[in-house]
Amino acid sequence: MSRWVVKGLQTGIVTTPYPREKEDTPGITPGFPKECAAVSEELLSRCPTGALVKKGNGVAIKHERCVHCYRCVRGVEGPALWEAGFEWARIKGQSSVFPKAFRKSLHIRVVDAGDCGACINEVKLLNNPFYNMHRLGFFITPTPRKADLLIVVGPVTEHMKIPLLKAYEAMPAPKRVVAVGACALSGGVFGPGFVTGAGVSDILPVDVEVPGCPPPPLAILYALLTVTGRNATLS
Amino acid sequence: MKIQEVIEQARSLWPDISINLNAYPGSAEFQCGYEQIPPVCDWLFHQKGYCFAGLIVEENNRQWDLYYLFTGRKEQGCVLARVSAPVEERAFKSVSRYVHAADWHEREAEDLFGVTFEGHPRLGDFILHDDVWEEGVEPMRRGFDPKDVISMRNSRPNWRPKRILTAPGAFIMPVGPVFSGEAESVHFQLETIGEEILCVFPRLFFKYRGVEKAAEGRMYRDVLLLSERFAGTAGFSHALAFCMAVERLCEVTVPERAQVLRVFFAEMERFRSHLGTIEAVCNSTGLVVAANQMAILEEEALRLSGALSGHRYLFGLAVPGGLSKNVDDTACKQGLIKLQEIVRIVDGIEKLLSNTSSFLDRIEEVGTVTGDQAENYGMVGPVARGSRCNNDLRFLQPYCMYDKVDFDVPCEKEGDGYARLRILFAELRESFYIMEQAVDMLSKGDIVSPCEIRPGVSFTGVETPRGASWHWVRINEEGKIDRYRIISPSFANWHGFHFASENFAFQDFPIILATFGLSVAENDR
Repeated sequence: MSRWVVKGLQTGIVTTPYPREKEDTPGITPGFPKECAAVSEELLSRCPTGALVKKGNGVAIKHERCVHCYRCVRGVEGPALWEAGFEWARIKGQSSVFPKAFRKSLHIRVVDAGDCGACINEVKLLNNPFYNMHRLGFFITPTPRKADLLIVVGPVTEHMKIPLLKAYEAMPAPKRVVAVGACALSGGVFGPGFVTGAGVSDILPVDVEVPGCPPPPLAILYALLTVTGRNATLS
Repeated sequence: MKIQEVIEQARSLWPDISINLNAYPGSAEFQCGYEQIPPVCDWLFHQKGYCFAGLIVEENNRQWDLYYLFTGRKEQGCVLARVSAPVEERAFKSVSRYVHAADWHEREAEDLFGVTFEGHPRLGDFILHDDVWEEGVEPMRRGFDPKDVISMRNSRPNWRPKRILTAPGAFIMPVGPVFSGEAESVHFQLETIGEEILCVFPRLFFKYRGVEKAAEGRMYRDVLLLSERFAGTAGFSHALAFCMAVERLCEVTVPERAQVLRVFFAEMERFRSHLGTIEAVCNSTGLVVAANQMAILEEEALRLSGALSGHRYLFGLAVPGGLSKNVDDTACKQGLIKLQEIVRIVDGIEKLLSNTSSFLDRIEEVGTVTGDQAENYGMVGPVARGSRCNNDLRFLQPYCMYDKVDFDVPCEKEGDGYARLRILFAELRESFYIMEQAVDMLSKGDIVSPCEIRPGVSFTGVETPRGASWHWVRINEEGKIDRYRIISPSFANWHGFHFASENFAFQDFPIILATFGLSVAENDR
């Protein structure tokens, strides 16, 4: 067993400097198209999910619908602009921020309401040495009774409605809900239909929305910092 | 034995079945009658050595068409045993009495189409859970509108699952669907009389999203999004299977450079997926250092995928006709250097793991699946290869450039958790060798050819990280998808999962589950 200890020590520290410093290693984020002033009709018609919408002469981005299919940048004349970054989370209002007592330690229950496996993998990766959310006081807990925060991924399928509601009701107040991924925000590519919902907000009050398909771990980390009121020090 | 000889023999055994050799490229169609379908399937499976891949049900022009898809080794090709009936007649003879791998496929067809299978021991309550849906909802029928919010839905909280164990003191340990840290939604009924789990029923389809129904009536570009995102952790492979099916139907020749890059990225995905599975195995045994080491490597592989293709899970890369992005050679070569470094670290970890007795005690001779079980249940991928069943489609029915690269398909015979883990490590290395060769093969040229949609039907198989997957695509006259069927590897492996976990103690259960590396999303669709 001592070999494992040596192995661990040899590896050193790989943890990201974020949120103290900026993080821009290649490959940490899929990025989003950027709002711009002038854009062609063809570009708008290429968007399969309706994430690009006309705004005056230019284009606005509905982030909650974008699934990074890159059809507006690849194989098209006059491609849309693309921007990296991951600080995408949007909070509903000041009342959605946790009280101060939750700043140092927050327990999280994750409910998979029909995701494809990518979102939940990114949530899982928050625990790996690169992101290590424990250092910031975030903990995944197996039981909703101990959880302060509910992370929901997936469009909420018909079969997961009741388990999701039960998990939410089992949580003690004060509690908040974070919807992670395009599916959880708008139904994503599955869309509203006979077994899939149009996102979590039809069922639960959502406090923070994290767009992306899937949102990279840092985007979820930023959402956690936002909901605890700790991202004010940034930028 | 070649497919022509199989056809000759079938003709002499059943003179009245009509055999069409050129219905689909490289495969024959046996049009069987109502009575003939079980013996023909039985003969193909037990006498001729074909593997059962899946069942495809279609409702066309007021007629049922059931295709039992069998795949063989290289020149054996594929055989579709087809049985048809007018739409009013809903009863077919069950094949699963002879070919047990068809069991779950028939249950699925019964639940979603409302066709019944005479002689099938257990139908009902499969995909549409009986505690949520009323009987008589048949979402895959033609008349059903997927946008409809059904009124025939009514929750029955008093519904109880069937029990097998009746011994005194026997009870069901329910697990899920919301359980563990960040597990996918699945429910297990573990029947026990104390320490050992005696019966395991995975209750799946909590995540059923109706992908196959949602695809109907949509353009192929929209369906491509569904095919790559219904199972995100194997997105590229599934998108590739869909693209290849469309290309085969529309007779598109994919440029060589795109073919090579497809191999490169398919192997990259396998590489990353296996790293994640090994991490889960280490995690389940509580070996935290090893788990974190693997998690570092998984994240590095994800970042490399992101840096090369734009997306960490390779979404948006595969398109019918080729690839959407031209990745330049130097970037691939630099990626290889990074991957080589990862392989070196993985080798070190494997060596350490094989010397850690506390780890080996948890996975050696635990969760055993015998070769016969794996064969009868049609299991695929690393799970089947751990139990001496080599059914790797890259080798059996090469696609893209797999016939031009040199690689081994690792195989073990023990069938326990450790055998499956060794397979994962060996496949990681093979994937790296394939990527190395692919980079050497890169030539100059286009990466996408134009794809003109035409009506028809076609199917292809792709070896995804979890095993063989088959995508069946029918396009109608308007150029829209008429029927899309996904036969996913997790579906086959979940079917046989109970063998591995029965007669082991509760504390072994999460470890066995991890060594299977199953995806719920891929199964549920």
